[in-house]
Amino acid sequence: MTEEYKKYTVRHAPKSPVVKDTLRAFLCGGALCAAAEGLKNLYLFAMMSRDDASLITSVTLVFLAVLTTGLGVFDSAARFAGAGLLVPITGFANAVAAPAIDSKTEGYVLGVGAKIFTVAGPVILYGTVSGALYGAIYYLWRIFS
Amino acid sequence: MSIIKTGAYIVSSYSVVGTLEGKGPLGGKFDYADGTDDTFGKKSWEASESEMQRVAAVGAMHKAGVAPSDVGAVFSGDLINQCIASTHGLMGLGIPDVGLFGACSTCAESILLASIYSSFVKDISMAVTSSHNCSAERQFRFPVEYAALRTPTSQWTVTGAAAFMVSSEKTECAVRVADGMFGRIIDSKTDDLNNMGAAMAPAAADTLLRYFDESGTSPADYDRIVTGDLGREGSSLLCEFMTAAGYDLYQRHGDCGLDIYDIEASDVHSGGSGCGCSAAVISAKYLDMIRKGTVRNMLFVGTGALMNAMSVGQGNTIPAIAHLVRFTS
Repeated sequence: MTEEYKKYTVRHAPKSPVVKDTLRAFLCGGALCAAAEGLKNLYLFAMMSRDDASLITSVTLVFLAVLTTGLGVFDSAARFAGAGLLVPITGFANAVAAPAIDSKTEGYVLGVGAKIFTVAGPVILYGTVSGALYGAIYYLWRIFS
Repeated sequence: MSIIKTGAYIVSSYSVVGTLEGKGPLGGKFDYADGTDDTFGKKSWEASESEMQRVAAVGAMHKAGVAPSDVGAVFSGDLINQCIASTHGLMGLGIPDVGLFGACSTCAESILLASIYSSFVKDISMAVTSSHNCSAERQFRFPVEYAALRTPTSQWTVTGAAAFMVSSEKTECAVRVADGMFGRIIDSKTDDLNNMGAAMAPAAADTLLRYFDESGTSPADYDRIVTGDLGREGSSLLCEFMTAAGYDLYQRHGDCGLDIYDIEASDVHSGGSGCGCSAAVISAKYLDMIRKGTVRNMLFVGTGALMNAMSVGQGNTIPAIAHLVRFTS
């Protein structure tokens, strides 16, 4: 067996239906964001400040994603919607809730506590690091410009 | 000589499957299909898999009319770390246990070893293997409810188990385990966790070619040549390999991973996988065909990908193995 076989298996494998997947992600992701906009308007209508309304909208989406993950329907919906459900904040909420539910059988400390960020961990770590780096660059830019 | 002749018989078998498998094309043929969303009434997925092992073992013994104390040894295996699904599931039975790991090839491995044991010791033995979709997902991929998307070549770990009672004495509807051959570890240099079919097809081809070469037979001598869980992608690659080697497999080839699901309707992509996949399908479909006489002479090639999440993370390739068992009426 050589590297040739590996290349052959890649050529042999059926390709993901990119057009269909992209279209679904575009429509479902768009619909989700439009619904979130509607929710935000509803919160504004309820006399919330603009900042509060935006924050509570995100919290609502996170809550709904966690709830549907717990009910076992989020992954089924994501199979259809793909990136449309995974790229918005709902995907992140699912990535934290799923390992938490999964590791409950191993206890709250070494199970849930230790494993809750096994999927979202990289995003949290490198998100924070790149945020700090950006902050430092921005700070220096402000000093010298 | 690599072909091992045995004089043993499968006198009974019992298959246990999950909810999705119970709704599949073989649904009515399995001995027990779970109706509790694959929990089997247990609190963790690992305990559910152990329960499947226990139910399968007890079911097979019941069918054969033997008690645990009559069984000389049980050859058991699964996919969970250190094989706890089988050891925890079978510990209450008090049967001497031989724990095995051959990834998804464990079903063929355990049947062959049990047959060698029974023909050598002239005693009753048992082969039990299982896999559970949720316990395997948790260990090899992502948490169960995590919405990870799959590629078209990925396979769906079957929630299933089966136990095979093996005896040196023939009974009325026994299936003969005529001979078998252990596989070699074949490194195809692939490293795609989502394309196990491509990793395992070269191992299946290697074992089949060695077997044909040594026995002087060809695919035309067998009614069926059934692989464990190559899925759509791996089956296609295997048939291509065999054609290139001068053997036409297309007319006789079957794959347990393709048999167990309605592939399109169940959204399982390339098909089923796991050592419970071949175990349940061999028990429910192929042994039944042999008993009914529609198949008289068949080869079963259990295929396994030898990896864990850590080995792939460390940049290793995915070697594979395939063990062969020949069943006759």
